[in-house]
Amino acid sequence: MDGSGTMTRMLWLQGASCGGCTMSILESGASGWFDELRQSGIDLVWHPSVSEQTGDEVVDLLEAIRDGRERLDLLVLEGSVARGPGLTGRFNMLAGTNRSIYHWLLDLAPLADYVVAVGSCAAYGGIPAAGVNPTDAVGLQFEGSDVGGALGASFRSKRGLPVINVAGCAPHPGWMMESLLALTNGDLTARELDGFGRPTFIANHLAHHGCSRNEFYEFKASAETMSERGCLMEHLGCRATQAVGDCNQRSWNGGGSCTKGGYACIACTSPGFESAQNYLQTAKLAGIPVGLPTDMPKAWFVALAALSKSATPRRVRVNATADHVVVPPSRSGDKRSS
Amino acid sequence: MTRITVGPFNRVEGDLEVRLDIEQGRVARAEVTAPLYRGFEQILEGRPPLDALVIAPRICGICSVSQSIAAAGALRQAMGVATAPNGVLATNIAHAAENAADHLTHFYIFFMPDFAREAYASQAWHGAAAERFTATKGSAAREALPARARLLEIMGVIAGKWPHSLAFQPGGTTRAIELGERIRLNAIAASFRGFLERVMFADKLENVVALSTPDELDRWRDGRGGDFAHFLAVADALSLADLGKGPGLLMSFGAYHDSDGARFRAGIRASNGEVEALPSDRITEDVSHAWMRETSLDPAESRTVPDADKADAYSWCKAPRLAGQPVEVGALARQAVDGQPLITALLAADGSNVRNRVIARLIETAQLALSIEGWIKALRLNEPFCLNSGDTADGNFVGLVEAARGSLGHWLAVRSGRIERYQIIAPTSWNFSPRDAGGIAGPLEQALVGTEVGAAGARAVGIQHVVRSFDPCMVCTAH
Ligand code: SF4
Ligand code: SF4
Repeated sequence: MDGSGTMTRMLWLQGASCGGCTMSILESGASGWFDELRQSGIDLVWHPSVSEQTGDEVVDLLEAIRDGRERLDLLVLEGSVARGPGLTGRFNMLAGTNRSIYHWLLDLAPLADYVVAVGSCAAYGGIPAAGVNPTDAVGLQFEGSDVGGALGASFRSKRGLPVINVAGCAPHPGWMMESLLALTNGDLTARELDGFGRPTFIANHLAHHGCSRNEFYEFKASAETMSERGCLMEHLGCRATQAVGDCNQRSWNGGGSCTKGGYACIACTSPGFESAQNYLQTAKLAGIPVGLPTDMPKAWFVALAALSKSATPRRVRVNATADHVVVPPSRSGDKRSS
Repeated sequence: MTRITVGPFNRVEGDLEVRLDIEQGRVARAEVTAPLYRGFEQILEGRPPLDALVIAPRICGICSVSQSIAAAGALRQAMGVATAPNGVLATNIAHAAENAADHLTHFYIFFMPDFAREAYASQAWHGAAAERFTATKGSAAREALPARARLLEIMGVIAGKWPHSLAFQPGGTTRAIELGERIRLNAIAASFRGFLERVMFADKLENVVALSTPDELDRWRDGRGGDFAHFLAVADALSLADLGKGPGLLMSFGAYHDSDGARFRAGIRASNGEVEALPSDRITEDVSHAWMRETSLDPAESRTVPDADKADAYSWCKAPRLAGQPVEVGALARQAVDGQPLITALLAADGSNVRNRVIARLIETAQLALSIEGWIKALRLNEPFCLNSGDTADGNFVGLVEAARGSLGHWLAVRSGRIERYQIIAPTSWNFSPRDAGGIAGPLEQALVGTEVGAAGARAVGIQHVVRSFDPCMVCTAH
C-alpha cells in the first residue's frame, strides 16, 4: 500500500454488530478467506473473531497503533457505533480496556490510510438505530442518510478519503473483499464513491437488475402471497427498484438472492432501511405502490403498468400466482405441448 | 487474592470480558461481563408483529436462522396457522446446515487454535497441533472454510441468502424447491459428508454416530487420522475432562420437529442422570446484576429498560433461571436430554466439562449431516412449501428452538395488532449469566472456579479453553 511492496496492515473491529458481516466474508475465497487475504497482500493484524491474540496482547497492539508505534493501513469497522448513554459509549465497551469502542474509533480512525465501514450498521447505523435507537447508534460517517455520524462530516482518512461504506445487511462477501482489494490496489478513489459513500461498482446497479422475476415485473404479473413466483413489488413489499446493489447479478451462497429466495428486497443497502415497517407488504396510496422507481414519472409508470397488464401472456399471468411453474414456455408448432 | 481482567476475549462471537479472583494460582471466583447492549427488545416494541421476521434474525449473524425460526414460531401461534410439511422439512435442512456450520466454525476457527499457542510449545504434540490449527495460518482452515462455504450453499437454494434471510415464515418457507434444486441439495449434502468423512472423522458417519461407550471412543481414536481424533488425543494429554465443570442441570427445548416428532427431544437432565419434561413455565429472568431496571421475572410479562448506572450490576446479560436454578445449554445438553448413548455415558463418567462439550458438538455434526440427507429425500416437490398466513391475534406467544449453542426462546406479546413486548432469552444468556438475586453464579462463572492459572495470570490458556468450550455467542446474550 505504501509502494514499498510490504503487506497491507488491516485491523478489523466490531462495534454494535451481530457478527454477520464476518460470517459472510468467511465464505470468501476458494481456499478460504485467510488464504485469500494473504494472497492479496493483506496482513490481518487483528480480527476479534479469528485472531490468536487475546486479552492484553490485543490491548498492547491497539495502544501501539494509537501511539504511532505500528502502522495502520486499513481500519475496518463492522457494526454501529453505540454512542450512548450520553456520549459515554458505555453500551459498547471494548472489553479489557475500560474504554468504549466509540472512543477507540475516535483515536484510531485518523491514523488509518483508509477507513471502511462494512455493513449498513457501520455505514449508517443500521438495525441498532431502529425505533427508539436505544443506544444512540450511528454509522461511522452517516446517521441514517445524514452525513455526520461518529467521525463527523469533515472526517477524511490519511489518504484523503471519507469512510468507504460497503452497505448491506449483511453485505455480499464479494462486495467487502472487492472493496478492500480495490483500496489496496489504489483503484478506489473518491470518484468511485456515490453520495452515500458506497463504491459505485456496487451502487451503479439496482437490486432489481437481473432478478429472475423480471419477466413478471414487465407484465406487472404479481405474486399475491409468499412463495408465489410473480413479481414481489405490487403486493409483497419489494423495494429492489429503489435499492442499489448487484444482488441479482451475482449469486449469494452459491446461487441465491433475496428475490430468488421468494421474499422481497427490503433495501438493506439503503440508509434508514431499518425504519421501514411492514416490510413484506407494499405500501400503497389509492391502490398504487408508494415506492415506485425513482427515476420514472409516476403517471408514465401507471400508464405503462396498465398497458402491460392488458398484454400479459397467460403463462406469465398464471405462473405469477402459483408456487410451481404451471404453464411452461412453449413454441407454436411444439408437437408435444398440446 | 488478586483480581485479573481478561479481555477483549476474542474468538467467541461478539464481546466478552471476564474478571477473575485468583487464590493460590487458581480461580476462586469469576464474573462474566457482556459489554455490548443494542436493545433489540426495545426496538421491536410498537412494530407490526411480522416485522420481527426482519429485526429478530439480525440479533445474530451466526445463528440468524435459529432467530428467524423462534420468531416465526411465536408468530405462528399468534396467527393460529399451520406450516406446510415441505416448509417444515426445508426449515430443518437450513437450520441443521446453519447449526452444523456453527459447529465447524467453532471447532476450527474459535476453539482449536488455542492448542497451537506458544504456551504449549514444550509439549510433544504441539508441532502437529500448530501446523494444523494455528489461527488463520494452520492447514485446517484451508479445508474447513471452503467446506463451510459449500455447506452454506444450502441457504442459497432454500433461503436466498445467509445470514439474514426472510425465507422462514409462519406458514413455511418462501421458495418451492424444484427437482434440479433438490439434486443440488443432494450434491451439497454429499460434499459435506465427504469433508466430514475425509477430514474431520476419517471414518464413515454411520460408524461415528454408532460409537456408544467411552471405551469404544478410545479404541476408535487410536491410530486414526482426522481432526476429531487429533482433538481427543490433545484433550487426554491435557486432561480436559477435568476442566470447566458445569453446574449439573442440562436443558434442551427440543429441535427439528417433523411429522415424526422432534429429532432431538425437549427436557431437562438432572445431575443424577434423570431426564424429565421441560417445565417451560418456570423460566425466569433476573436482572439483579444486569444493567437493567427491575421488571417482572416472567419473560412473558417483563420489559427491558437499561440502567447503565445500576449499583452491583456487571453485565448487560440478564440471569435466566429454570425453577430458580442456573442451567447449562448447548450440544452437550441437547444430546444428554435426547439420551444419546455415548454422551450419556460420558456424562455419567465425568460430567459436563471442556472435553465432553466438544465431543457432543462433533457427534451432533455427524448426526446433522445424516438428518439433512433424510430431510432432502422426504421433500415432496409438487406440494406447497408455504401456507397462507392470517392476521395476528392479541395475546402472549412463545417460540422455542435450539440454536447451535442451546435453547433459544422468543416471548411475544401482541396488543391491538402491534408488538407490545418482546423478550429474548438466548443460549449464551443461560450459559454466561451473571449472578442472580440469591447470589448464585451462572454456569460459566461456576465452571471457571478452580481453573489453574499459575504464573500466567490473565494469559492462562486453561481459561481460554473453559470459556470457548461453551461456544459463547455474546451478540445473542444481551441482544
Ligand atoms: S421481485 Fe423485486 S427485484 Fe424482482 S422483478 Fe419484481 S420488483 Fe424487481
Ligand atoms: S436484494 Fe435488497 S434486501 Fe436483498 S441483499 Fe440486495 S439490497 Fe439487500
